[in-house]
Amino acid sequence: MAPKQIYGMIAKFNTPHDILHAAESTRKNGYVDFDCHTPFPVHGLDDAMGLKRSIVGFIVGVGCIVGASVGLTLQWWSSTIAYPIVISGKPLFSWQAFMIITFVLMVLGGAFSALLGMFHLNKLPTFHHPLFNSESFKKATDDTFFISIEFKDPKFDLEDTKNFLLSIGGENIEVIEE
Amino acid sequence: MSDKIKNIDPYGVVEPPLVEGDHTFTTITEKISSITETPPPKGWWLAFLFSLSLLGVLQISLAYLIYEGVGIWGLNNPVGWGWAIVNFVFWVGIGHAGTLISAVLFLFRQKWRTAINRFAEAMTIFAVICALIFPGVHIGRVWVAYYMFPIPNSMLMWPNFRSPLLWDVFAVGTYFTVSLLFWYVGLIPDFATLRDRAKSKVKKVVFGILSLGWRSSNRHWQNYEQAYLMLAGLSTPLVLSVHSIVSTDFAISLLPGWHTTIFPPYFVAGAIFSGFAMVITLAIPVRWIYGLESIITMGHLDKMAKIMLVTGSMVGYAYAMEFFIAWYSNNTYESFAFVNRAFGPYAWAYWIMISCNVIVPQLFWSKKLRSSIPVLFIASIFANIGMWFERFVITVTSLSRDYLPANWDYYSPTIWDASLFLGSFGLFFTLFLLFLRFMPIIAIAEVKSVMPEADPHHGEEH
Repeated sequence: MAPKQIYGMIAKFNTPHDILHAAESTRKNGYVDFDCHTPFPVHGLDDAMGLKRSIVGFIVGVGCIVGASVGLTLQWWSSTIAYPIVISGKPLFSWQAFMIITFVLMVLGGAFSALLGMFHLNKLPTFHHPLFNSESFKKATDDTFFISIEFKDPKFDLEDTKNFLLSIGGENIEVIEE
Repeated sequence: MSDKIKNIDPYGVVEPPLVEGDHTFTTITEKISSITETPPPKGWWLAFLFSLSLLGVLQISLAYLIYEGVGIWGLNNPVGWGWAIVNFVFWVGIGHAGTLISAVLFLFRQKWRTAINRFAEAMTIFAVICALIFPGVHIGRVWVAYYMFPIPNSMLMWPNFRSPLLWDVFAVGTYFTVSLLFWYVGLIPDFATLRDRAKSKVKKVVFGILSLGWRSSNRHWQNYEQAYLMLAGLSTPLVLSVHSIVSTDFAISLLPGWHTTIFPPYFVAGAIFSGFAMVITLAIPVRWIYGLESIITMGHLDKMAKIMLVTGSMVGYAYAMEFFIAWYSNNTYESFAFVNRAFGPYAWAYWIMISCNVIVPQLFWSKKLRSSIPVLFIASIFANIGMWFERFVITVTSLSRDYLPANWDYYSPTIWDASLFLGSFGLFFTLFLLFLRFMPIIAIAEVKSVMPEADPHHGEEH
C-alpha cells in the first residue's frame, strides 16, 4: 500500500468572530491555499480572506442575453419564415407581442446560468473530498467553523503551520490525508 | 398624536429578535433536522392518509375525464371556461407568495423571511404542479398536449406566439423551473447538514448526492450567495409577470368584464393575497405540530397578516375601480357586466368574494386580532375561499351573459368538476406532507445567519 498523501490541516474555531480574525491572520501570514468552512456565510469573511468579487453575475448576464436571443429568434423565424400566417391582421413579425416570451426566456436563461455558473466555479458536484475523511469536520454544517490550509501551499509545513494555527486560537488541529 | 410620536426615541426602538428563546446554532440544527430523523407524529399519518384518499379522487376523476372527455364537466355554450380555468388561476396565485417571500423580501433585506421561505417555496412548487394539471387536461385531447410547445413536427406547424394562451405556457413553465432551481439552491447547504448527521447508509447516499459534496467552504459561499442574489433578482420580475400574463388570457379578449387594463396589477395583488393566506393556513398547524413556535414566531404571523391586509385592500380597491370605470366608460355592455356581477344570477358568488377578500382582512387592523391564532387561521381560510370565488366570478359571470341575451345561459358545475378540484388538494397536501417528512422544512443555514450570534461583531463594544 502506497503511503497516504497529506491533503492539509484543519483547525476548529467556535464563533464567527474567531474565524473572521483567524482568516485575516492566515492571509496576513502569507498563506494562499487556505479556506474557511462555516455553517452559514459569515459577513465580512470574503474581505478577511482577500477574495475577489464573484463573477457569477457576469455569467448570468451572458445567460440572460442568450435566453432572450433564443426567444426572439425562435418567434421571428417560426412566424415569418417557417410558418408565415397572418393572424388578426397583425404583421408577421409582431415584435410587441413577442416581447413577453423573449423576457420569459431571458429569465430562464439567466436562472440556469446562475445555477450552472455557480456549480462550475465551485467545482460542484465533488462527491469525494479529503476533508470528508475527518469525523469532526462534519460539524462544519452544524455549529463549528474551520480553517483548512492545504499541503500544496508553499508555506505549508507540518510543524510551523500547526503552531501558527494554535497561535491564532485554533483548536483540535487535525492533519487530513487524501 | 404628535406628542406620542415625539416621545418615541428612534434609537431606543429595538426590533424583537427573529428567533425567540435561547436557541444556539446547535439547537437550530437539532430542532429542524430531528423532524426528518424521528418518526412522524400521529397527526402526520392522519393527514397523510386523508390526502392520499383525496389524491385517489383526483386519479379517478382524471382517468374518467381522459376516457370520456370534457363533456363530463358542466361547460355549456356560452360558458366554455369553467372550473378548470378557475382552479388553474387559483393554484398559480397561491404559488406567488412563496416566490414573493423568497425573492422579493430577500432583495428588500427582510430577514424575517428566513423562517418561512423554505416551506413557502415548497408550497409554490406544489401549487404550480396542481395548477399545471388543469390547462393540461382542459384541452380535451390530452395526448396532443405537445401542440402547445414549439416542437418541430410533421405538420410543419408552429404555435401562434401572438396568443396570450401561449405566453401562459412559457410563463408558467418558466416560473415552475425557476422556482425549482431557486428552491434547490437554497436546499444544498441544508442537505449537507442532513448528510453529515445521517446514520443510515441510504440517507448518507441520498443526501450526499443531493448536497453535491457541499463542504461549507467560504470560497463556495461567495459564489453561492451571488448566485442566490441573481436568482432572487430574476425571480422578482418573473413573479410579477406571471400573474400579469395569466390575466392577459382574459384581458386581451373582447369580453365585457375581461377587457380591462387594470387586470395585470389586480391579479398580482390578488395572487399575493391568496398566497400569504395559504402560507398562514399551512404555517399555523406546522409550527404547532412540530413545536416551531420559537422559529416561526407570532412576529412572523403578524407581518404576514399585515401583508394580507395591504393586498386585500388593494384587491378591494381594484373591485371598486372596475365598477367606476364601467360607469365612467359609458359603455352599456361594460356597465351591464358589472351590475350583473353584483346583482345578477351570480350575485351570491360576488358577495362571498367581497366578504372574504375585502371585509375579512380588515380585521387585521387590530393588533389583538393579528395575534390571535384562531382568528388568523380562520381568516386565512376565508381568504382562500374568497380568492377562489374571485376567479369564478371573473370567469363565469362574463361568459354567461355577454352581448346578446339570446346567447345567455346559466352555468353550474357537475360532480366531476368538484372532484377534480378536491382531488387537486389531495395532490397538494400529499406532496406537502412528504416534504415535511423528508426535507429540512426551515432553511437551517439561513436562520442561523440572522441570529445575533452570527454577526462577527456580536458582543463587541462599538
